[in-house]
Amino acid sequence: MKKSLSQRLAILSDAAKYDASCASSGSGRRDSARSGGLGSTTGNGICHAFTPDGRCISLLKILLTNFCVYDCAYCINRSSSNVERARFTPEEVVWLTLEFYRRNCIEGLFLSSGIIRSSDHTMEQLVQVARDLRLKHGFRGYIHLKTIPDASPRLLEEAGRYADRLSINVEMPTVAGLEQYAPQKKAGGIRQAMGEMRLKIDAGRERSHTGRRAERFSPGGQSTQMIVGADAASDQDILASSANLYGSYGLRRVYYSAFSPIPDASALLPAKSPPLQREHRLYQADWLFRFYGFAFGELTAGRADGMLDLELDPKLAWALDNRALFPVDLNRASKEMLLRVPGLGIKAVAAILRARRHQAVRLEDLARLNVSIRKVRPFVQTPGWSPARLTDRHDLRSLFSPAPQQMSLL
Amino acid sequence: MTRYVLMLEDSAAFEPWREMARAALQRAIPPEALDWRIRGGETDLFGQITDDGAGLEALTALPVAKTVTLRASCIALLRDLLCHSDPGRFALAYRIAWRVQSNPHLLEVTTDADIARARIMVRQNREDCHKMASFLRFREDPVQQCERRRFLAWFEPQHHILERIAPFFSKRFTDMDWMILTPRGSIRWDGKELVCSPEPCEQPELDDGFGELWDTYYASTFNPARVRTKAMRREMPGRYWKNLPETRLIPQLVAGAEARVRTMAEQELRPAPAFHERLRAREQRPAGPPLPDMAETLDVLARQIRICTACPLHCPATQAVVGEGPPDARIMIVGEQPGDQEDLAGRPFVGPAGQFLHEALAMAGIDRGTLYLTNAVKHFRFRLQGRRRIHQNPDAGHVVACRPWLEQEIALIRPKLIVSLGATALRALDGPGMAMSDVRGTSWTVGTGENTVRRLALAHPSWLLRLGKGTQGNSERRRFVEGLARVQDVPSPWEA
Repeated sequence: MKKSLSQRLAILSDAAKYDASCASSGSGRRDSARSGGLGSTTGNGICHAFTPDGRCISLLKILLTNFCVYDCAYCINRSSSNVERARFTPEEVVWLTLEFYRRNCIEGLFLSSGIIRSSDHTMEQLVQVARDLRLKHGFRGYIHLKTIPDASPRLLEEAGRYADRLSINVEMPTVAGLEQYAPQKKAGGIRQAMGEMRLKIDAGRERSHTGRRAERFSPGGQSTQMIVGADAASDQDILASSANLYGSYGLRRVYYSAFSPIPDASALLPAKSPPLQREHRLYQADWLFRFYGFAFGELTAGRADGMLDLELDPKLAWALDNRALFPVDLNRASKEMLLRVPGLGIKAVAAILRARRHQAVRLEDLARLNVSIRKVRPFVQTPGWSPARLTDRHDLRSLFSPAPQQMSLL
Repeated sequence: MTRYVLMLEDSAAFEPWREMARAALQRAIPPEALDWRIRGGETDLFGQITDDGAGLEALTALPVAKTVTLRASCIALLRDLLCHSDPGRFALAYRIAWRVQSNPHLLEVTTDADIARARIMVRQNREDCHKMASFLRFREDPVQQCERRRFLAWFEPQHHILERIAPFFSKRFTDMDWMILTPRGSIRWDGKELVCSPEPCEQPELDDGFGELWDTYYASTFNPARVRTKAMRREMPGRYWKNLPETRLIPQLVAGAEARVRTMAEQELRPAPAFHERLRAREQRPAGPPLPDMAETLDVLARQIRICTACPLHCPATQAVVGEGPPDARIMIVGEQPGDQEDLAGRPFVGPAGQFLHEALAMAGIDRGTLYLTNAVKHFRFRLQGRRRIHQNPDAGHVVACRPWLEQEIALIRPKLIVSLGATALRALDGPGMAMSDVRGTSWTVGTGENTVRRLALAHPSWLLRLGKGTQGNSERRRFVEGLARVQDVPSPWEA
């Protein structure tokens, strides 16, 4: 018996949820005021709901089909799994996207697919959905497409024309990990595809000498995902891999997805609870790299096992390892140095820089900027406050560590 | 000191306040002397409206003492600020306008108590707008009057933001008619006109039967193995839940999560489905004969080079970049290593240095289609600096590891002339004995008889680019083109 649309929606959204990427940002502003159609993008993205796993729902994240010829150990849709299989027609995906969008449930579509028949066949189906949304229905919301490795350049070009963001998952932080868990995927092919996309994305941003825009290609750039905790890679390995991905392919985001148990799991990967705290620390490190001027190497330099501190956030851990650089004079230090003070965020630093041009900033002023005085105290000095020996106290770490907890017996 | 009581509507936007504030500022009335009140709502501490102050008429009856100006940035801040629902907003706005008169930099002083408070209120307004854009849900109106589809929504904003957020909705849901009803007024759009009304609305009954599909999606996209309700509540505070039907599912999703994870862990391994076995059987078939040690054609050689792991450079690089050109080329040009662009594109000489080489070839009158272009080292060597890859010269070890590939390329093409660009290519072709400064621009012959090859050593194009626009750069670049031009009239004993 053919499954109903609702049943297939359940299967194909369940199959897509292990992809962490959900952003609807990075594509600039666009709306339907002149076209009279449907949809807009705000540049920053909007989350329309949150599920109890703490993740947001921004895009309708579904697979076209969860049939797949690959057998990647970590994946719920691998060919050896007994999950229920289903598929949507491109028309059904278009209809679902538009109806959810009209009710303001989503920002757009994140469409991926299991590999069926060939790369080109799969990619062609994804592109058809995007093409219909854009050309037939005048849809101007966000579209994120997964790129299938080895698909033909013509399809990639067309995908880039309609999509706001393209992505292809490296899946494992190391080549060895990928070979072990995803024998059909080739790290080289994935990198080549990313390189090709980078060149096209860069070319799409350029203007000719007459000021004419080049043809649109994925204005929201490209992103990727790595699975954390499935293989033996350390945080250092993972972050080194990220550094290379950001540097080589100009990625907008690298997503870290804590390996999560799946139904009918492969024997290679026994079910254990996902390392959520580790994933969180990796995201923090990523943030420090993208916005705070840290190099990934700095964050793991002080760690013997190459793992980020699970108890303290990476910025605080780095500051405790580099106390010689503190305390920082809030009224004199450079922006770069202020960004390295634990407890000061991008906005607080901008506010301090503005205020100190006109009057000296004091410790108590920081409370008005939504800064935790307790956290910054040992690392800054201002008129009226000097941490004196506090910065050098050997038990400084314990002032920040979470209270010890009784181990659970069970 | 006379106190003046100024009455404003709760929904009052910027303009009415501005009129009163201007009148007061012009008459130099200090903030302490003004009592800003909201009609209908505000009472004093004892629950009574005190009438101990003079009214607006008394204030405007005073003579104007001075002219007052406010900067555009200040007006923008106050306009934002007055969307907030805090009853103290009018007084705060006046205090800021008053203090700015004597301290023009006040807005910059983010640590000032008034400015900090104003910034928080502005941020809360923005958040309210954002939450409205996020959590408002349209339902289709079952009664269709015309061709355009009609939708309705109910939302409860915290602040007076309807006018600010209205364009967001009209620019997004342009091809449908809709109404947004709220306790603070309504917004209506019919495809042409956007109308905001301050009239409070009642919550309508909304159901178009589409909620079930959304519930299905909401429940299926939830991952039971990572319950983090705190993170969810932080982003989607409880006060919004009553107008988000899918949140009804949250208790049962959370309650069932543990059991679902347990079932996953306890699940016994089942045999793979039949199509898996078929797929894997197909994979077992050999993919063709293994690659020979010595390549017989350039294609085979290229396949070998692409899977080379002889030195560590293959790890961070995107791909090996193999040579390009006709297999019977008479002239072979050997560069140093692929650069950033070459690494991404997988083709030699496509970056800035390659661009320069092509221009120089055109100037020297050489058709690049007749040349074979390759590099001494096939993988890009670089160092990461933030988000950029900085080129690094390959070491002798990398050159040695890569030399067999270069030798095979030469053996297959059998060029009559090999042009080396830069020191690395020189070293790869002629060993470490020669100094670039001695041989640059010169040519010589190597080998004997059948194997005689003419050699020409030139500078590397990227070095020429780095020299910049000065006279040295110009003369070196001219020298390079002249060197290239000699390619055609190099004495060629082997051609006879």
